[in-house]
Amino acid sequence: MATTIIPFGPQHPVLPEPVHLDLVVEDEKVVEARPSIGFIHRGLERLAEKKEYQEFVYVAERICGICSFIHGQTYCQAIEEIMKIPVPPRAQYLRTIWGELSRLHSHLLWLGLMADGMGFESLFMHAWRIREKVLNIIEATTGGRVIFGSCKIGGVRRDIDPDTMKTLLAQIDDINKDMHEIVNVFLSDRSVKARLVGVGTLTKDEAYDLGCVGPMLRASGVSQDMRSLGYAAFNEIKVEPIVRTAGDSYARCEVRCGELFQSVNIIRQAAAKIPPGEIAVKVTGKPTGESITRTEQPRGEVVYYVKANGAMNLQRFRVRTPTFANLPALLKVLQGCDLADVPMLVLTIDPCISCTER
Amino acid sequence: MAIFAMERLALKWAFKKPVTSRYPFEPRVPLPHSRGKLEMPTPTCIHCKICEKKCPTDAITVDRAKKTWVIDRLRCISCGACVENCPKDSLTLSEMHNGPVVTRDREFAAAVVIADKPSPPKV
Ligand code: SF4
Ligand code: SF4
Repeated sequence: MATTIIPFGPQHPVLPEPVHLDLVVEDEKVVEARPSIGFIHRGLERLAEKKEYQEFVYVAERICGICSFIHGQTYCQAIEEIMKIPVPPRAQYLRTIWGELSRLHSHLLWLGLMADGMGFESLFMHAWRIREKVLNIIEATTGGRVIFGSCKIGGVRRDIDPDTMKTLLAQIDDINKDMHEIVNVFLSDRSVKARLVGVGTLTKDEAYDLGCVGPMLRASGVSQDMRSLGYAAFNEIKVEPIVRTAGDSYARCEVRCGELFQSVNIIRQAAAKIPPGEIAVKVTGKPTGESITRTEQPRGEVVYYVKANGAMNLQRFRVRTPTFANLPALLKVLQGCDLADVPMLVLTIDPCISCTER
Repeated sequence: MAIFAMERLALKWAFKKPVTSRYPFEPRVPLPHSRGKLEMPTPTCIHCKICEKKCPTDAITVDRAKKTWVIDRLRCISCGACVENCPKDSLTLSEMHNGPVVTRDREFAAAVVIADKPSPPKV
């Protein structure tokens, strides 16, 4: 049968960021997808060699707009590991709370985008209505709405006072109630199911071999979550990975919905356990050595490699972001899918292109 | 698993006020401690250059001899590093965000000599 090549992206309604796919199509079926990335490369890894290592936190946070806090946190953890800085427990708990808030807003954003991708506009609006409440909590506690700017090497820059914490918990209860309503729709609505169930199935072995991370991996039945490594306050707050075995788009949606409530749970536990005390230690000196740090972002595992040689600037800085790890799996699920399902499948990996290209 | 979940959700919201605010009749009030526009330094500024050094985007230029304090609004990311490090507490971030910046001119602190030409941004 004759094949046609259909260009998908870099500009497409479902893509908030530019990525290009050449879809080789036979009739209505995609037989192959060839990606090309590199539209928004910003050279942030090289910038690390020019900025002071303490200033670079601001840049690390801007690697990605949606998982910004965890990027900053991972960078701080990497430097703290090299310099052997003891981070105060209160700061660790605050980092955990903000990290989970950022997961909440990222997953709600994804749910909204997915509803939008399948043309379910009212559901999209509801998901983003709830996300707005999360953003308000973030603004009230950190001062920024998506770029938190509250993490620094040696601790955090702002504290949450007891009154604000009480308001935060009340708002989280409210958000939890709202989330139940929309999650019910996502998991039971006939039209949502028609678009997701059985689409883009990835088996457990394929997901593992292709090096998937995050919800993409957990939806295929591999129980792996970097939070179980025990960074920040996760050595005291235990996280049970949310796993589904179906491996299709619906399972990925289920995993993310489950993680919403898991995050709420973690925030509540952290708020109950948070110890009083200092929020930061003073950092002096220059880092020497190298380290690899892994944390769990909303989209999956991120790996930071940092090498310093005792100068004000780092010698080498490298990030492996979750979307980069999920791209091979995306190409795999696109093989043999219907042309009309391509936008949904691209969305199910929760693509974040600007962090992929850094 | 809920039946008619979307229908119930839609019905519930059909009789409520919209959640979006009625701008411009109801302008958004920023939350307390939101990081907004960086205010110009108060006269307590001693031109020590600490803010210039700490700024991650090199937005501030301080000239000790001419006693000027200059900010490039297009570079400032409202991070607050200068505010935290100012020894004289001259700087504050207001809660309101910065208005639109329409020219590349820099903003000078009051009562200072205006430099002939803004220096090209450092790379
Ligand atoms: S750090 Fe404060 S006192 Fe020093 S130059 Fe800047 S504004 Fe002036
Ligand atoms: S707020 Fe941040 S970016 Fe803006 S001038 Fe101060 S240090 Fe520079």
